[in-house]
Amino acid sequence: MSKRHFEDFNVGDRLPLGSRRVTRAEIIAFASEFDPQPFHLDEQTGPDGLVTGLLASGWHVGALFMNMLCTGFLLDSTSMGSPGIEMLKWQHPVRSDDTLTGFSTVLETRTSKSRPDIGIVRFRHEVLNQAGETVMWLENPIMFRRREGDSA
Amino acid sequence: MTGFNAVSIDDRFEFGAHRFTAEEIKRFAGLYDPQPFHTDEEAARNTLFGALCASGWHTSAVMMRLMVDYFRRAAVDAQARGEPAPPALGPSPGFDNLRWMRPVFVGDEISFTGRITDKRLSQSRPGWGIVSMDVVGTNQKGEPVFSYTGHVFMRSE
Repeated sequence: MSKRHFEDFNVGDRLPLGSRRVTRAEIIAFASEFDPQPFHLDEQTGPDGLVTGLLASGWHVGALFMNMLCTGFLLDSTSMGSPGIEMLKWQHPVRSDDTLTGFSTVLETRTSKSRPDIGIVRFRHEVLNQAGETVMWLENPIMFRRREGDSA
Repeated sequence: MTGFNAVSIDDRFEFGAHRFTAEEIKRFAGLYDPQPFHTDEEAARNTLFGALCASGWHTSAVMMRLMVDYFRRAAVDAQARGEPAPPALGPSPGFDNLRWMRPVFVGDEISFTGRITDKRLSQSRPGWGIVSMDVVGTNQKGEPVFSYTGHVFMRSE
């Protein structure tokens, strides 16, 4: 089967993300390298009373989402990267042994004026835990090569 | 004085810089973002980017590390001078308008600066405020590669 091109995304499509279980070791490894705040390194230290226990860094949840997006459909597509994220909400803490799932909904598709071989798909992505709680959601555009522009 | 009351709109911060190596770009990408332009020099050549470049999430995570280190150093320095500690970072409800304007290539050194743009009391959590900060990342040529508006909870009483 050929890769998913720009033309294969339609408004309202709901694409499943890959699933990912989060371990205590990787929460601490990511935080040690990128976000060494006490509440990402140790169960004992809550961030000043708002939430307690060992929490994954929000940037770790973002990186895990990226991996779930890759295994869900991006690696089997003509993705050419993304110019950014319009908004992102961290709604619920992610803890060790959580299993994350999610889906990406197509909000809008448009072709690029400056690059006719590229189309832009805007998504709303949602990441859920095993209890069905939304832990993070975001909206962002991703660029895909168009089938007409595909010279390969 | 609490964190929320200690910060003012237009306060500015220089968080420092980080130079990205091929090894760390590929390691991060292997764990989280294994698209060819982040994992393989040869494959990256045939993409929009033209060369191996860091995952945008990697650039963002490096910004977070520099920010955490900055506020930790500032706290130590303030204590040494016998002054009150600067605001500690709290949990974040999210961010807006994150832009990856240019790729971050191997060997690029990205400097991050921040500016407080807004502060308001939280409606949903009494005793807490939300502070917003614009952060920009600039490469060694002075070109912006990253920007976003982050929001963080700080104690208001």
